[in-house]
Amino acid sequence: MFISMFGAVESGVIYAIMALGVYLTFRVLDFPDLTVDGSFVTGAAVAALSIVNGVPPVLATIFALLAGFIAGCITGLLHTKGKVNALLSGILMMTALYSINLRILGQPTLSMLNESTVFTQLSSFWSMTGIDTALNGLLSTLGLERFPKTWGIVFVMLVVTIVIKFVTDYYLKTEVGLALRAIGDNKRMIRSLSANTDNLTIVGVGISNGLVALSGALIGQLGGFADVNMGIGMIVIGLASVIIGEALFGTKTIARATLAVIGGAIIYRIIVTLALRVDFLETGDMKMITAIIVIFALVGPRILQMRKEKKRRMLKRQQLSAESGGKNHA
Amino acid sequence: MLKIANISVTFNEGTLDEKKALNGINLELELGDFVTVIGSNGAGKSTLMNVISGNIPPDVGDVFIDGKQVVHFPEYKRSAFIGRVFQDPMAGTAPTMTIEENLAMAYSRNKRRKLKMGVTKKRKEMFRNHLKTLNLGLEDRLSAKVGLLSGGERQALSLLMATFTEPNILLLDEHTAALDPSRAELITSLTEKVVRESGLTTLMVTHNMQQALDLGNRLIMMDKGQIIFEAQGEAKQELTVERLMQEFQRIRGEQFGDDRAVLG
Repeated sequence: MFISMFGAVESGVIYAIMALGVYLTFRVLDFPDLTVDGSFVTGAAVAALSIVNGVPPVLATIFALLAGFIAGCITGLLHTKGKVNALLSGILMMTALYSINLRILGQPTLSMLNESTVFTQLSSFWSMTGIDTALNGLLSTLGLERFPKTWGIVFVMLVVTIVIKFVTDYYLKTEVGLALRAIGDNKRMIRSLSANTDNLTIVGVGISNGLVALSGALIGQLGGFADVNMGIGMIVIGLASVIIGEALFGTKTIARATLAVIGGAIIYRIIVTLALRVDFLETGDMKMITAIIVIFALVGPRILQMRKEKKRRMLKRQQLSAESGGKNHA
Repeated sequence: MLKIANISVTFNEGTLDEKKALNGINLELELGDFVTVIGSNGAGKSTLMNVISGNIPPDVGDVFIDGKQVVHFPEYKRSAFIGRVFQDPMAGTAPTMTIEENLAMAYSRNKRRKLKMGVTKKRKEMFRNHLKTLNLGLEDRLSAKVGLLSGGERQALSLLMATFTEPNILLLDEHTAALDPSRAELITSLTEKVVRESGLTTLMVTHNMQQALDLGNRLIMMDKGQIIFEAQGEAKQELTVERLMQEFQRIRGEQFGDDRAVLG
């Protein structure tokens, strides 16, 4: 149980980077971008191909980010300059990327198992610090027998994700960032305030997909392979993370919202892990579980709100009839 | 400051729905001119505004701002010189962003947007001082989301956002028409004050005849895509709503037809 939970948090922290990307398009730009399903794989594929060809893993991961950025920019171009509907431009790009990803990989699955990745490098460095021994020793006093292979990945990735969060927060508060947010809020107004909405949208969708591809590259290296189908349903997972996070942690400020998205991504992984431990559920049911989680996170808060409102009115009514009750029945 | 030369706009040319929205319009605004524009339905007032702001490219004609030919500039480029307030109070502000963030975006209008913080301590102080001039208490609500403000407050904020960077041209597009009378009154007096104090070159479209007479130093009347009547200075001050209607009838030989006109 502990090991699988640990795994959920570990990958959740990495998926959180993808969720931040989805947040940028879906919430900030109000642009439902389906490129994500393709650009996630593009990230993994570019990283895998580079690593297999001897590129240092960190550099390979940066290549992946750039590839995602370019893919996103093309989606943005299609939408702004080509006047193609937002959903459709994402779908077109996603479809095109499937073939492109297959070309990059050269085969449906490219293994990195015998290669050195950012995580194998990290683990070997981390094991020298002795933190693992200390933490595992602490856990064994709690009666645990099996320990995670390394604590390094979860700690370092948590730091990386938090740094990305802070950079995003800062960016969204800069002069450029404010204009970017206004695109999703009131496009006509920000254009009348002399902002080039086309270019901002293109860059915004680009950054979003850069983050998605970065996440894909890391997930690929964590699993030791890149697969052409690993991105299917990624947009829904991203949305699930955003929506769960928002429902649980709120969106009062930008900093709060991005933190909520990261929390949402981790909680989503935990829910899925728990669900898969239920006996009659299979791996194939995961997509449906995801859909149900999203529906629940979307509809749940509304139902709660409605109930609260109903209760409040009931109470008001009772109070009123209690006050006037004496007179009426006298 | 603003020169419009021989502007024509035709919609749906060559079809049954063909409509000549503007027909060879010439207009020149000197620095500090405040021109009010009235006209019947479909006279081309809004089209004129949209041609100036760059929303609608004219078929022929030129637009000069401060001597610079801008007719080929896209809207976002032109808006570096133009402040604009729309009729819809929701159109001029971003609702999920705060008052200070909205002002920061307006502040960047005539500058290159950079990767610097949009809202700084120094700017907050400046925003606060500008908001005080509105007398609505908004200076104490800098970090409130604009969506929480009333229509009148939002329109006052829009007016401030359009004017405090002192653009070359201020376009007011029936900006009091969607407000209730007392709020409209407030925005009208704020407009009068802002334009008087900053001396902005202003073009204001209105359906309210009295407002058109009360504000500004020049008045133009449009009909069927043309400017048919103009008055300025003393001649404008002596005008009344009745005289305006008579003028229209004399020129056009028909009743002034504007179902939304407020005769004052």
